[in-house]
Amino acid sequence: MTRSINLRAGVLSLALLAAILLIWQVAVSGTGKTEAMDPEYAALMGQTATTGKSAMPGPLDVAETMWKHLKDPFYDRGPNDKGIGIQLAYSVGRVALGYGLAVIVAIPVGFLIGMSPLMSRALDPYIQILKPVSPLAWMPLALYTIKDSSLSAIFVIFICSVWPMLINTVFGVASTRKEWLNVARTLEVGPIRRAFTVILPAAAPTILTGMRISIGIAWLVIVAAEMLVGGTGIGYFVWNEWNNLSITNVITSILVIGLVGMVLDQLLARAQRLVTFPE
Amino acid sequence: MSTLLPFVRRAQAAPDPAAGTHRMSNSEKFISIEGIARRYPAPGAKTTTIFENLWLPMRRGEFVCMIGHSGCGKTTVLNILAGLEAPSEGAVIVDGQAIAGTSLDRAVIFQGHALLPWRTVLGNVAYAVSSRWRKAPKAEIEARAKKAIATVGLAGSEHKRPSELSGGMKQRVGIARALSIDPKILLMDEPFSALDALTRGTLQDEVRRICVETGQTVFMITHDVDEAIYLADRIVLMTNGPEAKVAEIVENPLPKDRDRTQLHHAPGYYALRNHLIDFLVSRSRTMRDAMPADYDPRHPPVVRPSLSEADAEAIAATTEPAPRRA
Repeated sequence: MTRSINLRAGVLSLALLAAILLIWQVAVSGTGKTEAMDPEYAALMGQTATTGKSAMPGPLDVAETMWKHLKDPFYDRGPNDKGIGIQLAYSVGRVALGYGLAVIVAIPVGFLIGMSPLMSRALDPYIQILKPVSPLAWMPLALYTIKDSSLSAIFVIFICSVWPMLINTVFGVASTRKEWLNVARTLEVGPIRRAFTVILPAAAPTILTGMRISIGIAWLVIVAAEMLVGGTGIGYFVWNEWNNLSITNVITSILVIGLVGMVLDQLLARAQRLVTFPE
Repeated sequence: MSTLLPFVRRAQAAPDPAAGTHRMSNSEKFISIEGIARRYPAPGAKTTTIFENLWLPMRRGEFVCMIGHSGCGKTTVLNILAGLEAPSEGAVIVDGQAIAGTSLDRAVIFQGHALLPWRTVLGNVAYAVSSRWRKAPKAEIEARAKKAIATVGLAGSEHKRPSELSGGMKQRVGIARALSIDPKILLMDEPFSALDALTRGTLQDEVRRICVETGQTVFMITHDVDEAIYLADRIVLMTNGPEAKVAEIVENPLPKDRDRTQLHHAPGYYALRNHLIDFLVSRSRTMRDAMPADYDPRHPPVVRPSLSEADAEAIAATTEPAPRRA
């Protein structure tokens, strides 16, 4: 039964894809000559004016560009012409650094807050106020204090990943079952061993949920941050191609950004399955 | 045998005059609960007293069951014995020392088994063993854990996770975990209440066998009168809470050598059972409202339910010394 539903879902997906591509192709293709024109003038005006063809690229154009990018993703011909692979590597690198810093900060701090009701109450207003701030709002402050656009982007990633991880760690730690803690207490387990052998495994699924939310947000934010700071990265690439009026490249980037985001999410989903325990 | 059967006479308990004079001497007391109280803040700047001035001595190697309705503070008493809670007043002396906090000498078997679900059976028991013997080599920890697992009859399931076990097997792991650290005292909080009757019976047999073999001192909370009769040497009856008191301590007249399936034929069984049920049905309430004038919380009355004629004769015929009748 599951096989048949998987099969049917697959077929439906492919059918939808075919329909979308077809509609897309039809919608952007020309309608034939619109008016009689001097051929030299028509050549100057381009197909948009002469045949009614949309300036929007069709799926075949995008596929061709994509193939070109995938064939040679790592070329580097100066600051404004780098392969999409290099741009993605910059973005993933920034996310990894900012996100990694956030893990290093959020999980220990979350442990402290989760284990201490006093700290939890004292720090709650700060978290509540800072959490809803758009990470890009930090950008000017970061640029002013750090004085380095690339580091500022990393800081913005850090600040946007830290909250979901922190809040989930606090929640996971604070909701460790009392009976498990009592087991540790009756066995005279010290606080550090207790943190690693009881609280961490008990809170791990909740912490990983927070980390998964964070990586999603970080990947959303890096594109916007790189549009602002410029220079390198997939966000900068999108903006640069917009300035080049290369819609084909913009669409290609959108697809690639989506693919990388999915891979990052799936990596954390897998990690989450590893630490989840059945009750 | 038919003459031994029940309802020859309704059991009426009265304090055993001899028991009243023969108090447990200090040297006999292995555990001594001395005047403990537990109070919680209540709305309106008041306090709710769950119990106060509670005294209870226990001998080494004794199996004591505590019975009472919900809310009489049984679990609180157990938690205080375990060191998980501190009494608002009073102290608990174990082996001549006032307890402060939890100890590996007092193992707890929790009501909801409380296994760590991310560890295997072996992992759960080994966690306790490695907490007891911190420097022990891995092989020794594993050997001890496996021995405890075998004692409760779970050999072969060492690498299963708790989620793969039935309720009875989970509780067996809980028992193995408690036994694996060689405790001086076992504390059990309604360990079998979540199990079906058949599993409960088997586990009671196991626990009784293990406790008799190892000479454990056991304090157990239960709602089940038959469980208390089968397992306990003495049964502590609590009046209803709040402000619960130890109404009396019932000595179990049944021989130490018991067979669960034949228990209801044993002389004195029904007298004891009726006494306990009468207490739970009515006296737990009436006694709280009006304690007897001579009630001394430091020395709660020690009671042996009076026997029917036939019971007494049957007991006299055996090697057991006949209990005095009130």
